[in-house]
Amino acid sequence: MSSSSSLGASFAIDMNDFSLLRFIPIWRRHFLSWRRYWLSSLMFAVGEPFIYMLGLGYGLGRLVPELGGMSYMMFVASGTLAFSIVNGATFEGMYSAFARMQIQRTWDAILNAPMSLSDVVLAEWTFAASKSVLSCVTFVGALVLLGISREWTLLLVVPAALLIGAVFAAIALIMCSVAKGYEFFSYWFSLGIMPLAMISGVFFPMSELPKALQTVSYCLPMSHAVDLVRPLLQGKISASVGLNIAVLAAYAIGGFGVAMALFRRRFAN
Amino acid sequence: MWGARMSSVLRFSDVRKSFGKGDAKREVVRGLSLAVQGGQCFGFLGPNGAGKTTSLRMALGQTEPDSGLIELLGYTMPADARRAREKVGVVPQMDNLDPDFTVEENLIVYSRYFGMSDSVAKSKVPALLEFAGLSGREKSNIAELSGGMKRRLTIARALVNDPAFIVLDEPTTGLDPQARHLIWDRLKALRAKGKTLLLTTHFMDEAERLCDHLAVVDNGVLIAQGSPRELIEKTIEPDVVEVYGDNVAALKDRVSAFATRVEVSGETLFAYTTTPKPLTDVLAQFQGIRVLHRPANLEDVFIKLTGRELRD
Ligand SMILES: Nc1ncnc2c1ncn2[C@@H]1O[C@H](COP(=O)(O)OP(=O)(O)O)[C@@H](O)[C@H]1O
Ligand SMILES: [Mg+2]
Repeated sequence: MSSSSSLGASFAIDMNDFSLLRFIPIWRRHFLSWRRYWLSSLMFAVGEPFIYMLGLGYGLGRLVPELGGMSYMMFVASGTLAFSIVNGATFEGMYSAFARMQIQRTWDAILNAPMSLSDVVLAEWTFAASKSVLSCVTFVGALVLLGISREWTLLLVVPAALLIGAVFAAIALIMCSVAKGYEFFSYWFSLGIMPLAMISGVFFPMSELPKALQTVSYCLPMSHAVDLVRPLLQGKISASVGLNIAVLAAYAIGGFGVAMALFRRRFAN
Repeated sequence: MWGARMSSVLRFSDVRKSFGKGDAKREVVRGLSLAVQGGQCFGFLGPNGAGKTTSLRMALGQTEPDSGLIELLGYTMPADARRAREKVGVVPQMDNLDPDFTVEENLIVYSRYFGMSDSVAKSKVPALLEFAGLSGREKSNIAELSGGMKRRLTIARALVNDPAFIVLDEPTTGLDPQARHLIWDRLKALRAKGKTLLLTTHFMDEAERLCDHLAVVDNGVLIAQGSPRELIEKTIEPDVVEVYGDNVAALKDRVSAFATRVEVSGETLFAYTTTPKPLTDVLAQFQGIRVLHRPANLEDVFIKLTGRELRD
């Protein structure tokens, strides 16, 4: 029997028995474990973007008076907030999910209980997206404390973070599903996420980029994440909010589908 | 026949499984058929790489057979795997307790996977820990537990859903004798409660002590089965004479006339016989050797069936 037909069979089995809620106890397991490490975990995802923000905002901000109709501090704060949201899901979906799958064998333990692989992956996905929300709440709290923004629209960053988190959690899980070890994740971070941030308007406006690169960036999810988040710091809603949400939702659902298929292949034996 | 089928908890018929593709393809389970009856302690024996873990994973619906039929508690596997696992307890070969959690949290978190509410999950903890000999350890971290304690906690975790059928993959490998005896004691207690057990092991003393029925597999093929007594009687001569010395190989010819089979392994000679007296009389004439006469055991059966070469 070829592996593709057995993959098809197990997929059919899973679909027959699919449940949208069964993953919740697994999500709660991850949350309980996070509560033990919340400080270091937040430092990891929020600390770095926050330092970029302070360094660039207070440093470069003196040289660059205004950017895209806002202070540079506001520009870079909104960009790095989006970036910290991306980070939250990315770290969780790569390093933590891989540890649970491959190192601690948590997935194996769960799969001995009446859970299926789709429950396990759904829990990883939703939990990694929740980590984006946690990153976001921490970052926004700091912005409010520092007085960088105190708009009511900051509340809308939370649902935005969930959506953006869902996108980057799915992408991180795709990386996790094909990874042999942790090194692979540093490559994705340095050669994927960082360059993506550079061309997506996190640190400087996309209008400074060559036209072709702008088009590429426009087709990728991070620019839409930045677009969605940036105006919320100024009490405004993105002019292209519908498009931003549609593109992000498409990436989230498509990405999750791809991740699920790849995990099925990895677990076929 | 029909009745026997009804009472079997797990059934394999002509199950095959291979790993790898093309030239690297290797069939590791090759037409396995067996049945575990309710209330039995079924021992699944075989050297390393025989296909024991792979067979258990197929039984639990975690990997799909290439062909053949598997039925677990009346459910067809792997199609109904999730539903079947609601009623099964699993003790995996590799420890996978949650290192982030305490003893108690490990049990509660695992209970939730079976759909239990927090309060039901919590209420089960004391009895489970008592059974595992871990009372008072509720708040201990996993890292503080010894190997034997971890295994016992893993067994307790496999019991959260009060399963009728418990699968244990090498439950005592890597444990010291005291810890092994404690585990055996717990497994006997489960057996006494009427649970059906399926365990893999390569310790013959363990199999002989615990199991009612044994299946010996090698290279993915079932090579013998029966009760420990039956296997010994059926497979092997009742008496074994072991001879230790520097040059026991030289004795081989002198001894063969008095034994059915003679094997030399390193500095030990094994003579298998139905009439030990003439043999021991002959051996008494030699200087510089030590002789041990004992009844045949399961280890002898295992060695006869699977050979003396190292596996791995
Ligand atoms: N997922 C897998 N992919 C490839 N080979 C495997 C896989 N699982 C087991 N094997 C191989 O199958 C054989 C049987 O393994 P296993 O069932 O673990 O044996 P046992 O438990 O009896 O020691 C071994 O040679 C092992 O290397
Ligand atoms: Mg094994």
